[in-house]
Amino acid sequence: MTRTLVQTTGPAHTRIYAYGAARGENAVPNDDLVGPIDSSDEWIRQRTGIVTRVRANKETTAIELATDAAAEAVARSGIDPSQVDAVIVATISNPKQTPSVSAIVADRIGANPAAAYDLNAACAGFAYGVAQADALIRAGIAHYAVVVGAEKLSDVVDPTDRSISFLLGDGAGAAVVGPSDTPGIGPTVWGSDGSKADAVGMNHTLTEFRDGEAPWPTLRQEGPTVFRWAVWEMVKVARQALEEAGVEASDLAAFVPHQANMRIIDEFAKQLGLPDTVVIGRDIETTGNTSAASIPLATHRLLEEHPELSGGLALQIGFGAGLVFGAQVVVLP
Amino acid sequence: MAFTNDEVLAGLAELITDETGIAAEEVALEKSFTDDLDIDSISMMTIVVNAEEKFGVTIPDDEVKNLKTVGDAVTYITSNQA
Repeated sequence: MTRTLVQTTGPAHTRIYAYGAARGENAVPNDDLVGPIDSSDEWIRQRTGIVTRVRANKETTAIELATDAAAEAVARSGIDPSQVDAVIVATISNPKQTPSVSAIVADRIGANPAAAYDLNAACAGFAYGVAQADALIRAGIAHYAVVVGAEKLSDVVDPTDRSISFLLGDGAGAAVVGPSDTPGIGPTVWGSDGSKADAVGMNHTLTEFRDGEAPWPTLRQEGPTVFRWAVWEMVKVARQALEEAGVEASDLAAFVPHQANMRIIDEFAKQLGLPDTVVIGRDIETTGNTSAASIPLATHRLLEEHPELSGGLALQIGFGAGLVFGAQVVVLP
Repeated sequence: MAFTNDEVLAGLAELITDETGIAAEEVALEKSFTDDLDIDSISMMTIVVNAEEKFGVTIPDDEVKNLKTVGDAVTYITSNQA
């Protein structure tokens, strides 16, 4: 007779214990970038709300940024690193496809032999990672997870590109997720639309570059197309995340959308009808767009600048190349 | 109910004023959105989405690129009303 298998179950609830952040070492003002795109500080500020963005030194890697952010999150969480048994790193910009960033980060933060894997969901990567950490823990597959969004986008920018390059920065943000007595991570609303795969992404393949058929691959976007989707389609996703979590916009303490462009953030907040009491993450002004890292970096800053937000609800939503999107309401640590 | 050219022009002018602060009387059929009115691509898309709602039309992304002047937009909207 076949024996009955054991299947795991976990705690009913999870929450985010702490955040960590690491930003590129250099503040790069608009004036440093306007030459090759025949533009001006005013032009960039008006279209993006960015004043400066952070970019890392040539020798700094996404792995190092991820390690610093993860280590801070673990230290702040009060959890011993050896208790972390899952490390998920969302990234699209590490120039080495394998080994994963996550395995190295797990080792460097003292979480070896945690399960470790990278995920590619572009600017929705952090929200995807939180969804997975929440599910892994509630299924009893992991006990404590570190979710990191880490990017060194300055390696994949073209200084002459007027579509996206001048928005981009380097950094990593991390969160520790673990069991909770009360609900701390609401239902994730996520999905994709591959019919719009050409709207934002790399302009060439590495093999085209190898064969001399194309320059080094860099990021491009159809700005207006992405803008329409990021605001009017993503507002529906944000509303659904609120509804599924059983909360209203007026219950929120903070709104942390992917830091794509200040114009998107402003229009998004307007369409969502957020009351003035909701603090909005606007880290993009001095950090730039750091793709998977932008949500945890913005949240980390909000908690530094507004410690009173601790314990409040934050709606976070990521959206980007794929196209992919992910949103959930979380309790801020 | 179909909108007339004049009604669409007046409605568009209102949307443009709301988005950019440009005075409604500046908005005329021959004006170029970019060269004359200095409307950037993000504001243009906001105006397009609001126009879709106001006039009950669909303006696909690919079509937005062809709307160079206010007159182009008025013509597109009046000829694509449900």
